[in-house]
Amino acid sequence: MNYSEKVMDHFKNPRNVGEIENADGVGEIGNPACGDIMKIFLKINDEQIIENATFLTYGCGSAIASSSMATEMIKGKSIQEAVELSNKAVIDALGGLPKIKEHCSVLAEQAIRAALYDYSKRTGVKIKGLEDFDADEFDKMHDEMHKELDKED
Amino acid sequence: MAKRIYLDNAATTKVRPEVIDTMVEVLQENYGNPSSTLYSIGKDAKEILENSRHIVADFIGADDKEIYFTACGTESDNWALKGAAFAKMNKGKHIITSKIEHHAILHTCKYLKKFGFETTFVDVDENGVVDVEQLKNSIRPDTILISIMYANNEMGSIQPIKEIAEIAREQNILFHVDAVQALGAVKLDVKALDIDMMSFSAHKLHGPKGIGALYMKKGVRIDNFIHGGAQENKKRAGTESLHNIAGFAKACEINKYEFDKKNNHLKYMRDLLIKELQEKIEDCVLNGHATNRLPNNVNMTFKFIEGESILLWLDMAGVCASTGSACSSGSLSASHVLLAMGVNDEAAHGSIRFTVGEETTEEDIHYVVNEMKIVVEKLRLMSPLYNRH
Repeated sequence: MNYSEKVMDHFKNPRNVGEIENADGVGEIGNPACGDIMKIFLKINDEQIIENATFLTYGCGSAIASSSMATEMIKGKSIQEAVELSNKAVIDALGGLPKIKEHCSVLAEQAIRAALYDYSKRTGVKIKGLEDFDADEFDKMHDEMHKELDKED
Repeated sequence: MAKRIYLDNAATTKVRPEVIDTMVEVLQENYGNPSSTLYSIGKDAKEILENSRHIVADFIGADDKEIYFTACGTESDNWALKGAAFAKMNKGKHIITSKIEHHAILHTCKYLKKFGFETTFVDVDENGVVDVEQLKNSIRPDTILISIMYANNEMGSIQPIKEIAEIAREQNILFHVDAVQALGAVKLDVKALDIDMMSFSAHKLHGPKGIGALYMKKGVRIDNFIHGGAQENKKRAGTESLHNIAGFAKACEINKYEFDKKNNHLKYMRDLLIKELQEKIEDCVLNGHATNRLPNNVNMTFKFIEGESILLWLDMAGVCASTGSACSSGSLSASHVLLAMGVNDEAAHGSIRFTVGEETTEEDIHYVVNEMKIVVEKLRLMSPLYNRH
């Protein structure tokens, strides 16, 4: 696997590993079948700024690096800015990911959205763009994508 | 990082210096075409070809004329399956193999579907051993070929080949054995086993890559896979890769004389690695049969973490191994072999295969175990699946 220096740095020295006790939002995406599970914890203050973001990830080098970079990128941002974090931005920040690993960055993006959605459900705060968020739907789509990519014909 | 510790001998092995010397000599001195027997350079080449054939045949208990050289184990597998299928298709179009075969077998069976061939993939038990009863019950009047590997490349379990050979013989069905991982690791005697065809290759036993062979019992008739000139008794065309063939023979020769010494060493290192990993690291599970497994194979699941991550850290520590995780292969699903054994997805993704070699030392084993302990702990602390409380 050809990983960039940045990816290897975030893999070897991941930022923001761990849980947040009494987190304001928690989101988990993925499943053992595809070998990727990401759990994101958020601490959000009264101004709706993300004071802290941490992760726990079961997955490959790209998965760990993506979680590390994604949580770095949303710290200090508003919840609205965080919702808009795209997987492409994560890939760019990492200096690129192998094509077959790009879906790891999508997982990170979705796990963050899941955590924000959890926060919005708990507090009643509405977040633009998250009205129809469905973590299960993403997981189903992710499974389908795996099946598609595995089909040889 | 001091030295590199290579524990991926199932993937390929380091070529022995004696093999390289033999190959270089052939390349320099014996560049003749073995088919050009009207002049001395050609005759000399032919002599080397046939001497090499004899050495390889002797190594597996076959007659010289029953050994056909191919480019690799995969070609041997392709030839055996496609050759038998097309030769016997008027008799029937049913093939029996197992769920744990190498892709060279599985994908060839898939390809044969296009031509109307149907394959039954027999299950294995939790130790990765083929269900012989199920195999027997899968036999139909239109079954023309059974293909089962001697030992599995991922988790090392050795298969009941003699039992299956008896069944195949009784039913008059061609029996092919993929012995690519077994050659040099177990004592093979094709006559004692009474099998019809066997695939093997050089690079798993310190020979060069790019050369394999197919054993075909006298009297077995299958279609050619490669058509062309009259080489290999008109059964496998193409100018013989003499330096590779000579290298293959040299590797077999060395292996024959060092067989016990080498395999005792491998078994000792294998068992030491298993013991130390199980003692020093919690929540790890050995995959494959506990005792009836290849001398070099240690396939272990490390719960709660994923294989590619483990390998990246091992590489930084100078250790080479492989994993059953999808993430490290081109595909997105975990090892078909482990899944067929009933190992769940998470455990399959968290599996590492260490295959020790003749150069592996006790010091290496201790080093690897220590590194694994550190890596496993590091990754578990990052994992949502690990219960820290």
